Amino acid sequence: MRTKRAVLLPLVLLTLLLAVFPLVGETFYIQLLTKVMIMAIFAMSLDLLVGYTGLVSLGHAAFYGLAGYVLARVAPQYEPASLWTTLPLAMAACAAFALLTGLLVLRTSGVYFIMVTLAFAQMLFFVFHDTPIGGGSDGIYIYAKPLVKIGETTLLDLEDRSVFFWFVLGLMAVVYLFLRRVLDSNFGRALVGIKTNEHRLQALGFPTFRYKLASYMLSGTLAGLAGYLAAAQFGFVNPEILGWHTSGGVLMMVILGGMGSVHGAALGAFAFILLQEVLSNQSWFGAVAKHWQLAMGLFIIGVALLLPRGLMGLMGVAGYFTGKAKSVDE
Amino acid sequence: MFIPRAGTRGQAPLLIPHNRDSEETRPMDTAFFFIQLLNGLQYGLLLFLVACGLTLIFGIMGIINLAHGSFYMIGAYIAWSLASMTGNLALAILLGIPLTVLLGMLLEWLLFRYLYARDHLYQVLMTYGLILVFEELRSLVWGDDVHGVAVPALLAGSIPLTDNLSYPIYRLAISVICLVLAGGLYWLIQKTRLGMMIRAGSTNREMVQALGINIKLLYTLIFALGVALAAFAGMIAAPVSSVYPNMGAQVLIICFVVVVIGGIGSVWGALLASVLIGLTDTFGKVLLPEYAGVSTYLLMALVLLWRPEGLFKRI
Amino acid sequence: MSEAILRAESLTKRFGGLTAVSEVTLELHVGQVHAVIGPNGAGKSTLTNLLSGDLPPSAGVIHYLDEAQVRHNLAGMKSDRIARLGIGRSYQKTNIFLPFTAFENCRLAAQSRLPRAWRIFRGADRYADVNAIAERSLQAAGLSERSEMPAAALSHGEQRQLEIAMCLETQPRVLLLDEPLAGMGPQESQRIIELIRQLTPAHAIMLIEHDMDAVFAVAHCLTVMVNGEVIESGAPAEIRASLKVQQAYLGDAHGGFNG
Repeated sequence: MRTKRAVLLPLVLLTLLLAVFPLVGETFYIQLLTKVMIMAIFAMSLDLLVGYTGLVSLGHAAFYGLAGYVLARVAPQYEPASLWTTLPLAMAACAAFALLTGLLVLRTSGVYFIMVTLAFAQMLFFVFHDTPIGGGSDGIYIYAKPLVKIGETTLLDLEDRSVFFWFVLGLMAVVYLFLRRVLDSNFGRALVGIKTNEHRLQALGFPTFRYKLASYMLSGTLAGLAGYLAAAQFGFVNPEILGWHTSGGVLMMVILGGMGSVHGAALGAFAFILLQEVLSNQSWFGAVAKHWQLAMGLFIIGVALLLPRGLMGLMGVAGYFTGKAKSVDE
Repeated sequence: MFIPRAGTRGQAPLLIPHNRDSEETRPMDTAFFFIQLLNGLQYGLLLFLVACGLTLIFGIMGIINLAHGSFYMIGAYIAWSLASMTGNLALAILLGIPLTVLLGMLLEWLLFRYLYARDHLYQVLMTYGLILVFEELRSLVWGDDVHGVAVPALLAGSIPLTDNLSYPIYRLAISVICLVLAGGLYWLIQKTRLGMMIRAGSTNREMVQALGINIKLLYTLIFALGVALAAFAGMIAAPVSSVYPNMGAQVLIICFVVVVIGGIGSVWGALLASVLIGLTDTFGKVLLPEYAGVSTYLLMALVLLWRPEGLFKRI
Repeated sequence: MSEAILRAESLTKRFGGLTAVSEVTLELHVGQVHAVIGPNGAGKSTLTNLLSGDLPPSAGVIHYLDEAQVRHNLAGMKSDRIARLGIGRSYQKTNIFLPFTAFENCRLAAQSRLPRAWRIFRGADRYADVNAIAERSLQAAGLSERSEMPAAALSHGEQRQLEIAMCLETQPRVLLLDEPLAGMGPQESQRIIELIRQLTPAHAIMLIEHDMDAVFAVAHCLTVMVNGEVIESGAPAEIRASLKVQQAYLGDAHGGFNG
């Protein structure tokens, strides 16, 4: 697409910068950036739904948490699990859950969709919170990171935080390129068509429900990838990760990123987490840092009222490489 | 067995099952069934007070308000703090209601009116930010502890049903108050000029403007009404549910389920759906305690299969 | 006369207490323009919406004979399926993808006829055949020079032409045109009328139109609707002579046949 090159160069530079970071950065920041990149994957997955298909989901944490729980349940208690089996299983579980709930939630639209997605995520919250499969409100520990082995050779030692960092960086890049590819295909164009004027697209003969379901499943599966990585990184899962603050947070990232641009969502994740870290930094803000959510809330309200295009709009970055879809939007 | 702790997010905060520890294993005899029925009704009717504001605000102003649950929490905290100051819950509620009406008007005037023409996404964004602000303000002003509120002396007793089962009068009083309010709402919507505007507004927003009704004032009033109803629900629920951080979140999500089942904008749909959910949740907790949290959502899934637009259309 | 490609029988649509379309029966034949006329609120657009699947009928059947001479009942079928079976429509109010360029509008329309467009990795711009169709139809609509302009920036007439171009790209056998001339200048109107004439031999066309000169210029058959009911149906000369129609028109709207 047209402005592709304009954003490609900074993105490549940024990726290179990230790639060398573990060689120089402190442990704390390596782990923080790993978390940010996982959130970037999560945000990009949601952007497919919100920014491109026009479906505002407030229940995306369901997939994120589900994948984490699958890893936690399938992994042996104190030994590492194999990534080759657990990752596909976790993502498949998310795809299945997306199919099941998608058939229901996609019968609705607009504000109903927002409420219903939230409700189904909450349902999953209760499944893991109340029933024996979830380990209650304390959750489950994952004592070892998954193994990436072929035969007896370990390809990647994910226990090494630098290796884990690069592993996540690589996956983030893969997800980014994958989504760019998908969105540039006929399928992706149809999704943007659905966002713009679903009724017309249907009248042209597109089975829009199936497109939406595919988008919903793809989005949920990718969110599952993020959730799997997060569970592996943090070493535990609890019902909070399925909670609606997780869904709300990732939606904020997408909106901050300006929606409808894949790298915008990733940058939104960076901005959101960094802001969170800064505001809750006790050495900077002392006792007030405990109440950092107040500042975050005010910031979000400010963005909602003042910046209809998110932070990307503020910075004037050419975030609208889907210019075709966005140029005269408002 | 999993026993919900006050303050955890997984708990249905409105419902503290009566005589929880000993009764759950009992067989369902008539008196016990009757108690659960009353509990379910009481829970459902309280939900209705919160949900009807949510559905009205959406139906008329087209706003999805995630912060609506916070009003429930704010009401409970106001009731607790005023009751501990005055020593009288009824007085605290009487003082609290005007405060919440003012809060509603102020919020509408300061923030919400800028969202009417905006996409739902920005409404979600702003009201989500508002939740964070409310929670932190609550933490700053009232702290993070769980507080109990004493049942007013006048309503403190229980009505004996059998030798060892009785039902607290206060819970009955909650149901009665909610029913009276629902009746009042019916009168307001069906019989008054304001109600006429509400009905017109929910079916056709442009028409209301064309009729020369002061739409700004109407919006402010409806918003304040919604806030006050939710806060009032929190106030009268405080003695049974206690008062604790994040108590609004769970109520909000259940209210979304109520609105989805009842049909957006439909007050009577909300009433029916609230009671349905109250009963489902209550009997779910008795019959299948571990799966009770899921039961209300399964009910919603069924309704979505059957009628994706909810049971009722408009008012 | 050949067998009807589309035959609606006793088609009815009720909205609550209001019957917008009542027991309407009509036939469309390839090579013929069947005009549906009537005063505003007669149920013409609702009828179109029933045939295209935008609304489900309350009662009645819609027989349709597809290319392979297989019979379908379109009543209750979803609009995308009906569209894929070969029924294309234009809307009374322009209904296009406003933020997209004119080209992308046409490209999407052409894409809708790709067999199973589920390949998610191939760039959309790399389907030469689809691009060619899109360009050709832009040209046919006289919009080649507007190709890269957002549809929202086109003039009203251009948007209407774009819409018809999109409809044609789906290669329909039945065309439902809902007031294609609305809001158009005389020259643009003439262009559309010419287009309808060109399309007639290979298509079955239902035309809803208020411009009676245009209607009588192209129609082979007319159906007159009032208050959701068909009051008369027949050849143009019969309709002109019909007392019932004259009464309905003179009674309801003073514009007569120019209304």
